[in-house]
Amino acid sequence: MSARKSEHSRKKEKIVSDRVNRLSPSGIRKFFDLLASIEGVISLGVGEPDFATPWHISEAAVRSLERGYTMYTSNSGMPELREETARYLKDKYNIKYEPSGEILITVGVSEAMDLAMRAILNPGDEVIMPDPHYVAYDSCVILAGGEPVLVPTSQENNFEVEAKDIEARITDKTRAILIGYPANPTGAVMSRKKLLAIADVAKRHNLLVVSDEIYARLVYGVEHTCFASLPGVRENTILLGGFSKAYAMTGWRIGYAVAPKEIITAMTKIHQYTIMSAPTMAQVAAIEALKTGESSVMEMVEDYDRRRKIIVKGLGDIGLSCFEPKGAFYAFPSIAVTGMTSEDFSEKLLMEEKVAVVPGSAFGDCGEGYVRCCYATSLADIEEALTRMKRFVKKYSK
Amino acid sequence: MLKDVLRILENDARTTTKQIATMTGTPVAEVTKLIKQAEKDKLILKYKTIVNWDRIEDDQVWAIIEVKVAPEPEAGFDSIASRIAQFGQVRSLYLASGTYDLLLVVMGKSERQVADFVSENLAHIEGVKGTVTHFVLKRYKVDGEILEGGEGVKRQPVIL
Repeated sequence: MSARKSEHSRKKEKIVSDRVNRLSPSGIRKFFDLLASIEGVISLGVGEPDFATPWHISEAAVRSLERGYTMYTSNSGMPELREETARYLKDKYNIKYEPSGEILITVGVSEAMDLAMRAILNPGDEVIMPDPHYVAYDSCVILAGGEPVLVPTSQENNFEVEAKDIEARITDKTRAILIGYPANPTGAVMSRKKLLAIADVAKRHNLLVVSDEIYARLVYGVEHTCFASLPGVRENTILLGGFSKAYAMTGWRIGYAVAPKEIITAMTKIHQYTIMSAPTMAQVAAIEALKTGESSVMEMVEDYDRRRKIIVKGLGDIGLSCFEPKGAFYAFPSIAVTGMTSEDFSEKLLMEEKVAVVPGSAFGDCGEGYVRCCYATSLADIEEALTRMKRFVKKYSK
Repeated sequence: MLKDVLRILENDARTTTKQIATMTGTPVAEVTKLIKQAEKDKLILKYKTIVNWDRIEDDQVWAIIEVKVAPEPEAGFDSIASRIAQFGQVRSLYLASGTYDLLLVVMGKSERQVADFVSENLAHIEGVKGTVTHFVLKRYKVDGEILEGGEGVKRQPVIL
């Protein structure tokens, strides 16, 4: 009887692949199920713009549907979108990519990240990435058969990853370095100098660099440095970008990868068998965004910046010290003053004060002791959340 | 700096001085001074609220009135426009290009009241040569704000 039972459970385990079983069960999933069941919650948890897509962009997609643009596009994406993307990258960062062959339009940066990892990794290949990092990074590497290797970062260094710490972790299995700045969850931005040092390491060890620059446009008072624009790294770089954050287009699921032809060809191979082509109406919207969306981006950035300043000061005032995040739309305060783990803090804060934040530990061990607060929400909600958090921190401060 | 403060207030007049100070990285005292000066200089004319009156009462009638006038030799359109602007019913007044000269947005309690304004007040002003009155059937958007159906962003509870 018991033998049969264990046979049964072994079979059951086998239903799901080892690879997927290895992915961290999302601790925040249960947390957000909880959130959905409580009334009157102010959420600083959602990592997306609170703006609707600027109407002229949505309108372009509506028009395209009316005109019957409802078929597949070329696997790599509509030629016009690839051309506009190339023009944009040239204008913005003075880097040149060939619209045909070096640019692939994807279903958001999420797909692009998955493709990049699957295209470059052999089983056991290592990818070095900062800790904490966006939750999909290590998962994409594992799904592609690779091994994530984490480089700790800390508030003392403004959560910037140091080239020497990366270099110290290079082995003969290292295949790539994965960076994502401006960063989710910390809001950190890398200085050009530090990126140059990473570029130097990558060149010396002949490593690929996958740079997720989805938050490139959301920087405050500093310039974003596009990794691919650094001298001598073009051949080693896979640059990922998209429209979700800058143009408030998360639901459209549209992004891109640019890289040397050999890599894009490999990524396109996977893309054509698994996705075919990115949604056509979203591609049309993205063309419109690149052509006429600039002023909308600037307005939104100005608005985020105001809220950023309010939340960073507010968190500091209530004892949750916070380095100044210069990018994205997250503040990442330390909750050390409460002595709680970030999961405890987040759960208690949700239950007692109905404010949702994301525990930093969801983003890696180095995120422990911090929580992620997204300030892409109304000013009134931010102020109210701060009032509630103040009460909470006062109660639990040691 | 001044422009930043004005833009913040234009978007939400209830933003506190302290908030504006944080948002712009300026001392509170400096922001207070800027706002006071802007009020004095008539850069800030008034702090108002956009109310959707259609939701709670129906005794509001809006009309758009085109007015053709004979410009005065010295003052052009300005003196006649400033006379028309005196009327409380006139909520907005523009000099426009096209087939007429002045464009008025007028509010009254009834169509009768608006009609009276046109025949009793407007038509009697010297220089007014003709008027065309369009009664407003429905207001959709006022000063940049959509009155009905603007439901805000539909966010789903996602986690990443």
